[in-house]
Amino acid sequence: MPVLLVPGVLRAEAGGASRLEITASGSLAAVLAEVGERWPRLARRIRDEQGAVRRYVNVYVDGEDSRRTAGLDTPVAEGSEIQVLPSVAGGSRP
Amino acid sequence: MTTLLAIGTQKGLFLATSDDDRRTWQVGPAHFSGTAIYTVGVDTSGPRPRLLAAVDNSHFGPSIAVSDDLGETWEEPDSAPVAFPDGAGASVERIWQIVPGAEPGVIYAGSQPSALFRSTDGGRSFELVRGLWDHPHRPEWGAGFGGQAVHTILPHPTDPASLLVAMSTGGVYRSSDGGESWAPANKGIKAYFMPDPWPEFGQCVHRVARDAADPTRLYAQNHHGVYRSSDGGDSWQSIAETLPSDFGFPMVAHPSRPGVIWNFPLTADSKRHPTELRCRVFRSTDAGDKWEEQSSGLPGGPYYPVVLRDAMCTDDAGTAGVYFGTRAGEVFASGDEGESWTTVVAHLPDVLSVRAVSI
Repeated sequence: MPVLLVPGVLRAEAGGASRLEITASGSLAAVLAEVGERWPRLARRIRDEQGAVRRYVNVYVDGEDSRRTAGLDTPVAEGSEIQVLPSVAGGSRP
Repeated sequence: MTTLLAIGTQKGLFLATSDDDRRTWQVGPAHFSGTAIYTVGVDTSGPRPRLLAAVDNSHFGPSIAVSDDLGETWEEPDSAPVAFPDGAGASVERIWQIVPGAEPGVIYAGSQPSALFRSTDGGRSFELVRGLWDHPHRPEWGAGFGGQAVHTILPHPTDPASLLVAMSTGGVYRSSDGGESWAPANKGIKAYFMPDPWPEFGQCVHRVARDAADPTRLYAQNHHGVYRSSDGGDSWQSIAETLPSDFGFPMVAHPSRPGVIWNFPLTADSKRHPTELRCRVFRSTDAGDKWEEQSSGLPGGPYYPVVLRDAMCTDDAGTAGVYFGTRAGEVFASGDEGESWTTVVAHLPDVLSVRAVSI
């Protein structure tokens, strides 16, 4: 089953977990939909209310930036690893 | 009497308290460290003030956190409290204003992009006010330098159906039916940056304040221009004549005395620093006919920092406290209606918002 790696700054929204086992697979959209059902506060940090991944959040599927693959349609296999990382852009203003 | 002063900054929320009639202050550590707090709402309709902080995380989006114990603990709902519904075709980028309505439990929020949201559960969940979002003018509303946002919300103090908002750009809009329908109310407000400088809408109004004693009297700080309306916004007249400049961002009204208002003039759109490079507040006690400088206790010498639209406020005391914060991270307070000032705190991040209330 796919695993979603939670960055430290968001672990409070996932009960402190650093790894979440996801039952859904097939696409990144399916994975994030399950995150929305099981960890809604984590999900809304990753995507806005229209479902778009936030501008300064990057989601990698098996090491590939999903924005450079197929976005939410990026294939997710049973053993895939999805990594959520805050972008180097963003953060506190200088 | 204890006064609570909430200071929203570019990198967190700071809560200060004063137990000696606003002479000295104790400032606590940052809440929501690293996130921008563009506005704080204070709902005093319940047994204890409820604080509502607009928490703006540049990575993870905007939200509203609520505290019923003066900041000891904060709660955030699982679902985004302020969000556009499916099909609206927009996402909330920032929350610019949180204001209690006239009825208990009603809270309004103004957002970027320009939209108004209404809560009936004390600010835990909000619904889009469709009447404003679906307004036929909306495609023509533009963005000011800070973005396109509803930054001012003025519920009528006794009539829940009456509501006024201001946005940059777009100007002032009013509803008399609880938000179902809206009409522009900018007659007399100049938009020098448009081919027709007196348009029906499109003005860049920076802030509107309502007179505490006369709800039909309004005061507006515009993007060049300072105005008063004595008819609830039907028409506006200039009150900038005795100010050193007609540019600036904040405009606040006394909590109970009629005709008493404050602002913080800046030189010009293209020179956004205090007039004469002096840190000065200006007060009028006759609804803007005459303004007087108030600077006793404020920093001397060349002074460059500006005061943003939500970074000046009054408290709710009979002898009003007045407060403002600057983009240099300084916060100043006056317990005597601006006659004298003390420094609450310095060296904070840029101050974006201040709110004060007696607790």
